[in-house]
Amino acid sequence: MTAFRITTFQFTCQLIGVVVITLHLLASQVSAETNSPVVVPKLVQQAEQARIKAINKARPSAVSVFMPGGGGGGSGVLISPEGYALTNFHVTSPAGSYMKCGLSDGRVYDAVLVGLDPVGDLAMIKLLGRDDFPVATLGDSLKSKAGDECMVIGNPFLLATNLQPTVTYGILSGVGRYQYPSGTLLEYADCLQTDASINPGNSGGPLYSSQGDLLGIVGRGSFEKRGRVNVGVGYAISINQAKNFLGYLSSGRIVDHATLGATVTTDPDGGVVVSNILESSDAYRRGMRYNSEILELAGRPVSTANDVQNVLGTLPNGWRIPITFREEGKTIETLVRLPGVHRRDELLTKMASAMPPPPPVPDQPGDKPDNQEDQPQRRRRPAQRPDPNAPQPKAPKPESPKPQPHGPGPGGARKKPVKIPPQAMALIKNREGFANYYFNQQNQDRCFKSLQDQFPAGETWKLTGKTADGKDIKLLLSNEKCVVSLGDRSLELKAKSDFFDAVDTGNDAALLVALDSLRRLMLLGPEKFGETYYWGTMPLGGQRPLRDCMLGTSQEIEHRWLMHPETGALECIEAFADRDTDPAEAWLEYDNGKLTGLDLRFGVESKRKITELQIEFDAQTTSDAAPAKETAAANDGEDQ
Amino acid sequence: MIRQTVNPFNQDHMATRFFERQSRDRMRNGLAGLICLAAAAMLSASHAAAQDPAAAAAPVQQAANDSEQQNWTEQSRPAQQRVAKIYGAGGLRGLEAYQSGFLVSPEGHLVTAWSYVLDVAPIVILDDGRRFDAEIVGIEPALELAVLKIDATNLPFFKLEKDLQVQWGDPVLAVSNLFGIATGNEAASVMQGSIAGITKLDARRGTFKTPYRGKVFLLDLIGNNPGAAGGAVVRYDGKLVGMIGKELRDSETGVWLNYALPLETLRSAIGDIIAGKVSTKPKEDQPILPRDQSHNLTTLGLILVPDVLESTPAYVDSIKKDSLAAVAKLKPDDLILLLDGQRIGDQKTFTELLRRIDRRDAFSLTIQRGSDILPVRLQP
Repeated sequence: MTAFRITTFQFTCQLIGVVVITLHLLASQVSAETNSPVVVPKLVQQAEQARIKAINKARPSAVSVFMPGGGGGGSGVLISPEGYALTNFHVTSPAGSYMKCGLSDGRVYDAVLVGLDPVGDLAMIKLLGRDDFPVATLGDSLKSKAGDECMVIGNPFLLATNLQPTVTYGILSGVGRYQYPSGTLLEYADCLQTDASINPGNSGGPLYSSQGDLLGIVGRGSFEKRGRVNVGVGYAISINQAKNFLGYLSSGRIVDHATLGATVTTDPDGGVVVSNILESSDAYRRGMRYNSEILELAGRPVSTANDVQNVLGTLPNGWRIPITFREEGKTIETLVRLPGVHRRDELLTKMASAMPPPPPVPDQPGDKPDNQEDQPQRRRRPAQRPDPNAPQPKAPKPESPKPQPHGPGPGGARKKPVKIPPQAMALIKNREGFANYYFNQQNQDRCFKSLQDQFPAGETWKLTGKTADGKDIKLLLSNEKCVVSLGDRSLELKAKSDFFDAVDTGNDAALLVALDSLRRLMLLGPEKFGETYYWGTMPLGGQRPLRDCMLGTSQEIEHRWLMHPETGALECIEAFADRDTDPAEAWLEYDNGKLTGLDLRFGVESKRKITELQIEFDAQTTSDAAPAKETAAANDGEDQ
Repeated sequence: MIRQTVNPFNQDHMATRFFERQSRDRMRNGLAGLICLAAAAMLSASHAAAQDPAAAAAPVQQAANDSEQQNWTEQSRPAQQRVAKIYGAGGLRGLEAYQSGFLVSPEGHLVTAWSYVLDVAPIVILDDGRRFDAEIVGIEPALELAVLKIDATNLPFFKLEKDLQVQWGDPVLAVSNLFGIATGNEAASVMQGSIAGITKLDARRGTFKTPYRGKVFLLDLIGNNPGAAGGAVVRYDGKLVGMIGKELRDSETGVWLNYALPLETLRSAIGDIIAGKVSTKPKEDQPILPRDQSHNLTTLGLILVPDVLESTPAYVDSIKKDSLAAVAKLKPDDLILLLDGQRIGDQKTFTELLRRIDRRDAFSLTIQRGSDILPVRLQP
C-alpha cells in the first residue's frame, strides 16, 4: 500500500497545488538515472483512476466552515442543491446563527443555521446564494463493513484557508459502534469508526465511501495521550442516522433523540430483555413488560443492549416504529411511539451548559483531560466505557494547533461583533426553543399551503358515510358544536373538557376532535390555531416514506397532521390528550386521490371505520386569500 | 515478477505489492528508498497515460477482474473473528484494564502480550460475544508473550506459519481492541497500513523501555494504542505475521512507536508453550517439604516488598549481606518472574514454590531489572 498511498498523496498534492514541483524534479532525476521506465501494472492504474474519480466526485460537496471574525471553524457537507448542509452541533455552537463557508470552487458563501441536534451532535446549515450547489450522494451506511476503504474530506486544523479541503484515506475500522454519552448530552449510536486521519477541524465534515458516496458525518476521535491529533481512531455519525433527522433538522428546531421508556439488558444466556419499564410508556401499553425479550426494533434484529441502543440512538424523538418482542411465550409484533430522551426544557438547559465557555485566555495547560475529545473548548467529563475498571484517561497537555477549530483562537481575543449581511439576516429568526424559527415558518407555510389545496376554510363541515356494519354515520363540525350521529345515537362535544375526555376515553367523538382540529386550522390558519409549528418528518404507522408533520396545540390537546411527502395529501390526524394514554388517530383514506373514508384508531386497534365518505363544506370562504385573517375576528375559538 | 502465484484475494494488492517489489529492487540498486518510492509513484502518475497498457505486467493484468473495490473488506471479517478482547487487572493511573489477543488453536489457545493486565485471571470475550475465564498457560517474559487457554472448541484461529517471508512494503491489517472500543459482541477494530521497516529495537539501549531484544516490524499505521497490545497483524493474504506490541515511547523524543513483534520470533515459544514443553504453571508433583528442610525467604536472604495486596508482585525490597541472594547479585527493585520456569504471579506463589525446593538444592530465577529480563542462579 505504500506506493499506492504515495500515488494518491501525490495526486492530491497535484490537485491542491502543493509540493508537486519537488516531486517532479525527483521523478525526472530518477528516470534519467534508470534507463528502463517503471512499468505500472494496469490494476494500479485502474485503482488510481477509480480513486481520482471518487475524490473528484466527493470534493465539491465538502464544505469548510469558518466562524466570521476568525473564531474557529470546522467542516461540513452539502446535501441539497439549495445549499442545505450538515455539520456538527459543536462546530456551529460557537458561531450562533451565521457563518462563512468555503467550497473547493474557491468561493465563500454566507450560511445560516437551520436546525440543531445536540444529542446526536448534528447541525443543519444553509449556504446562500445559489440553487445549484454541488451535493453529496447519500450512501447506505448500514451496508458498510469493516475493512471498506473510505475517505475523509475536510478542514483539519483549519488548513483550508485557500478553501481547498484536505483528503485523507483509510478503511472503516468498525461499524455499528456505540459510544457512551459523553458528558451529559452527546451520544454516538451505530456510528462508524475509521483509521483515515481525523483531526480537530475535520468535525462536521464528510466521510465518503471509496466510490465517493456520503457514509457519515465526522464527529469525534479517540485522542488520548498523544495530544489532540489523530491516533488512528475517528468516529462518524452514520448517514443513515442523519437521514432520519433531516426532516427534523430542516424544521429549524432543536431536536431530541428517542428512547423506549424502558431499560434493557443483555441476558447472559443471549438476547436482550427489558429490565425496567415505565407504565406510562407506549411500549407498556402495547404489552411490553419487565423481562420481555426484544427481538426486532425498527426492522433491525437486536440481541444485545448495545444493539437496542444503536437503533434507538439513531431515531428522533416522537417517531413511531415497528417492534417485535416476546412476552410470556407470545411473540408480539406491534408499533411503539418513542418518547424523547429529554424533556423540552431539560434539553435546552443541557444544551446551554454544553455551549462553549467564553474564550479562554491563552492556552492553559492541563485543563482538558478529555479522551473522547471533540469539543476542544467545552468542558466535559471524559467518556466512560462500560468496564467499571476503565481508567480515567490522563493526558499530558496537548499542544493546541495554531488556528483553533471550533472555537475562538488563542490569545483570548473576544470575538468582534459580527456584522450579519442582510441577505443572511432575512433568513434568521430567533425564537425560544428553536435553532432558527425562520425555517420552521417556511415549512409551516408549505404544509399549510398544501392543506389549503385539499380543504377549504369552511365554517361548518358536514360529513356522512357508512360504518362497517352498514349504518349511516353523520358528523357535524361547527364553531357552536360538534356532533356525531350513529343510527339513533348521537354524541355532542360542547365544553373544552368534552374534547379532552373524548380522546381520553377513546369513543367515537374522538373523530370529531381530530377533524375539528383540521376545520379550525383551515379556518383560523396556523398562527391563530394555537401553538403551531412544523415538527419534521416521521413514519406513519411505523411505515416509510417519512411524512411531513405539523403540530398544533389547542384546548390542551396536541394535534398532529401528517402529510404525504410527495402528494402533500393529509393522511392522518393524531390527537393527544393525556400523555399517558393512546392518542386518537383519524386516518384519511383515499381512492384515486379522492377522500373516501375515515378510520379512527386507538393504539393499534381500529375503533371505527367509515366508508363512502361525503363531505360538505359551507362555501363561506374557500378562497386562498388569507382565510385566517378574515375569520379570526368571528371566531374566538375558545368558547366551543 | 516475483509473486504471481497465489493470492486469489486481491489483485489490487497483488499488483501493488508487485509494484513495491520493483521499488525495492530499485533501492537495492543504490537509490535511496524514499526518493525511489516517491519517484516511482510520480512516474506511475505521469507516465501512466503515455504508457501502452500492454506493456504493463501481463500476469497481473490477466488477474484483473472487477473485484477492484474489495481490498481489505474480505480480509477484515475473518481476522476480526480470530481476535479476542482480554480484560484483567488495571484501571488505575492510566493503566487500561484491557488488551487484545488472538486465537491460535481451535481449542482456545490465545496469544497475547504479557502485561500487568494478566496479573489477575483474565476474562476473554470472543468476537461472537461469548465470555470465558481464561487460564494463563505460559509466559515468555523476554518476548513479552503470554499464552492463554479458554475452554472452547471449534474456534476459528490463525495458523502459525513458517517462512512467511515478510518484507517491508507488505500491506497489513492491525486488528485489536484499541481503546476498548469493541465491547460485547462488537468486532475488533481493523486498521490498514504496511510494514514500513524491519529492524531491531535495541539499537540505542534504554531508548525504548522493553525487555524485548529481537526484530520488530515498524508499522505505518497508528496501531499501538492503549488496549491494542496482543492484537494481530495480518498480511494482505490473510496470514498472521505478527503481534501488536505494548505501547512504547522513545524516551528522548517522546515519539510513540508503532510496531509489532514478528511471528517468526514468537512462533517457537508459542509452540513450546502449547505443546506443554514449557509450562509456567506450578508443578504440583513436587511435595511440600517440612519448613526446616525447604528454602524460604530467610535462607535466601531475600526481603520482598510488604505483602499487603491480595496479589503482591514479588519485588525485591532489600538483600541481606553475604546471603545466597547477595551472591547471586539480586538487587532491590528486581521483579521475580519465574522460578525454575514456573510463573511467580505474586509473593504467595513464590513462598509456596520455595517450600517445594530442598534447601540444599540450587534453583533458577528469571527476573526483570528495569527493562531487562535476566536469569539468576541461586546456588547454596
